[in-house]
Amino acid sequence: MEGLSVSDANLVVYVHPSRSKNVSQAILRELSSLLFKFNETFDGVVLAYAVNALDKHARILSGVHPYFCVRLKANLLLFSPKPNMLLEGKVVKLMRESIHVIVLGFSSAVIVDEDIRDEFRYKSKRGEGKYVSRVHKRHTIKVGTIIRFLVKSLDEEILHISGSLIPDHTGSVGWLDGDVKNSTTESNKKRKQPDGEIEVQELGIASGDTHSANNDRGIKKKKKRRNAEEH
Amino acid sequence: MGVELAHNGECHEMEDVNFSDSELVYHVRDALISVQTGDSDSYHQLVGVMHHSERLAPDEVALLVTSLKALSGAVSYIDNVHHDSLLNSIFGMSLWKYGPDVMDALLELIIALAASNGKYVDSCLDMLVSNFMPPMYLVNTLKQPRGLAKKEQVLSRVHTALEGIVDLIPMAASRLSSVVVHRMPTTFKKDLQKDHLMYRTEVYVENILRLESGAIREFVGSRMLMAVVDMLIELDVAIGWDDILQDDSCKGIFAIELEDADEVAADDDNDENDYAELPRTLNRKSLGKNIVADLLDSLMVQTFEHLESCARNKRLGEVFETLLDSFMLTILNTYKSKFAQFVMFYACALDPEKCGVKFANTLVDRFVCSDNAVTRMSAVAYLASYLARAKFLSAAFVASTLKRLVDWCLEYCETQNGEMNPKAHRVFYSGCQAIMYVLCFRMRSLMDVPRLKSQLLVMPLGPVLKHKLDPLKVCLPSIVEEFLKQAKAAYLLTTSETFIFEDLLESDFSRDFGGLERLDMFFPFDPCLLKKCDRGYIRPNFVYWKHVRTTYGSDEEDSSDEDITEDFVVVNGESFMEEEGAGSLDEQHLDLDEFDYAMNKMSITPKNGFTYRFGGEQMQMPSRIRPSTTPESL
Repeated sequence: MEGLSVSDANLVVYVHPSRSKNVSQAILRELSSLLFKFNETFDGVVLAYAVNALDKHARILSGVHPYFCVRLKANLLLFSPKPNMLLEGKVVKLMRESIHVIVLGFSSAVIVDEDIRDEFRYKSKRGEGKYVSRVHKRHTIKVGTIIRFLVKSLDEEILHISGSLIPDHTGSVGWLDGDVKNSTTESNKKRKQPDGEIEVQELGIASGDTHSANNDRGIKKKKKRRNAEEH
Repeated sequence: MGVELAHNGECHEMEDVNFSDSELVYHVRDALISVQTGDSDSYHQLVGVMHHSERLAPDEVALLVTSLKALSGAVSYIDNVHHDSLLNSIFGMSLWKYGPDVMDALLELIIALAASNGKYVDSCLDMLVSNFMPPMYLVNTLKQPRGLAKKEQVLSRVHTALEGIVDLIPMAASRLSSVVVHRMPTTFKKDLQKDHLMYRTEVYVENILRLESGAIREFVGSRMLMAVVDMLIELDVAIGWDDILQDDSCKGIFAIELEDADEVAADDDNDENDYAELPRTLNRKSLGKNIVADLLDSLMVQTFEHLESCARNKRLGEVFETLLDSFMLTILNTYKSKFAQFVMFYACALDPEKCGVKFANTLVDRFVCSDNAVTRMSAVAYLASYLARAKFLSAAFVASTLKRLVDWCLEYCETQNGEMNPKAHRVFYSGCQAIMYVLCFRMRSLMDVPRLKSQLLVMPLGPVLKHKLDPLKVCLPSIVEEFLKQAKAAYLLTTSETFIFEDLLESDFSRDFGGLERLDMFFPFDPCLLKKCDRGYIRPNFVYWKHVRTTYGSDEEDSSDEDITEDFVVVNGESFMEEEGAGSLDEQHLDLDEFDYAMNKMSITPKNGFTYRFGGEQMQMPSRIRPSTTPESL
């Protein structure tokens, strides 16, 4: 899944004098207030932080309130979905007009029927709806399926994503990644994370490419261009 | 629109029925799109259907339902610029006006709208929360038995819709909390239809509590509970002291109050205040007519019942955490909160071993560890009143908590070399007063248990109370006097110095240490004056001074509960400190009755055997919250 990254950040926290008894707590509190909100500076949503190094000394600011500023280094896990990125999430509601997905448990996404490629046909049986591919009968999307979709836009206030299932390499992850015989050209290698939190999946590729980073990026770029042309 | 009303949308099979439904959806989409090209006829027709809400005929209902359902399928085409009249009419619809079919369709639309685009989430949540309260004209109907069904019909759907939105958009939960808090009814005083306002506010709070215990409680629960406590405090503060106490005869008590007499007169629009009422009696009648007090009363009862249901569902522990945090944050620092703190009292009563103990320990910690003197004094005042009044606390626990207080006081005065100084050592004096106050209530019960008696005898009360800092002179004279009397009778402590108090309630020294906030006379858990709260919930768990066995008192059985009469005057007469002593006449008669009763019983005298008490020496405990000495404006 794209959009997740770990970045090293140099931060400055201004601590109010009343908190001088327990500075670490004050700093952690301040950092926690960043969580699950879109941050302009980081250009993403902070999901987790780990404080690396804390300065031993802090400068006291002159002024009405003598705040003191503590510098620190931290690792931040950021989620910054951008248009044309591929994300994965679980389907929570499925209708003829739209598919509703939750990404990473907190971010909501919606894919409207115009953005679902014609390959998928909506079927409703016994009150339960599902999308079935006309080409590959086993490729189905139901409530509970993890799907991979393309990002169209992001509402930063409420972390609501508008997505698309137009590109060919979108759809049910289980089908896309699991079914080697039917896989097409692309390799779906997730970006490696330094923390190793996200599973890295590699497909056995029919073309037999050895995976060099440049090569992959090249393929991705081609895909992007292709998509851009399609739209 | 000319749309044929097809089947009612039940999809057993796949294609045929859905086909006509999707036709409708496409039609609506067309209507929406064509607005941008200038052709808004269909669109206006659609808006017209939404607006039509009065006395709907069945076919009109069907049309509305169909339109709503079709709109649900077309939400991605709704644009907040071009279709604002449609959006306004949707968000302005009140669920209370319709039957279940329309409600369901409308809610489906709202959920779809919220999930389609982030910019509609707030408005959708706002619309749902605005449906927490019924419209004014429906209030009378809803108060009747059949109205309950209607209320449940609407509210259950509203909450299901809220849960549905949070399921689809997890981040909406925090927005929901904000919307609920933002929309809380806040004007309580001058309102034309007071009853209706009360009812609607109660329903709103019912909804808040429902969110607290509902499916999304994980995300909104604690904020909801804090919102309720905040509302209780607001109401509490809105009740003026003069609404409660009609006492203008005690000398010196109201002397300082002259300056705010004008303020009070201007402020008080409750013209039912009758200053010609009997002096020295709490004017319950006046309070009863006070709409704010009534509202607070019923909201507190609602909260109590909610706590009871939490206890039944075994989640009182987590709720208590939030409640305690809320208390320490708001109630503790509210200047003389009158009744809101009883929420804590009742929560503790529901689970004395965990919650009851935790409350006391947190207060002790705050007293011992905090930096702010006023907070510390307030905390120890709450602690003292709590330990004295909570029937459900074991004597052993009271003893161990007292020990902590005494130890702190001893440590404090051992580091002090100075003389008596009420202002400088006010935290210390408030600690001492707390100890004495609790012992006035509990000494006998502690002395009766050998193990606790020895604990008590070992406590360094002497070194603390007879220290150079002279707490016996600084603390509230009435408390000191009662304490010394009991301590002497119990051979706990004797003083060589005789203290002449002249029946004083307070002294200059106590005023000094009490400070502007008059924390020397703060007894927050004095008998609750709110009728419904008190009678049904607090009373069984509450210790009345009248029923306290003192160490010098006769060894009678605890007065039966019949003594807790409906006569409010008596119940509060016992805790009312009289200066002239004339007002205690009633009390005197009562005591003589009790005395006779005791004599007839002839029980075995205890080791500390004073068996007499004469009315004249009967000391009233100054356990009434007295507004006397500090102007309301503070």
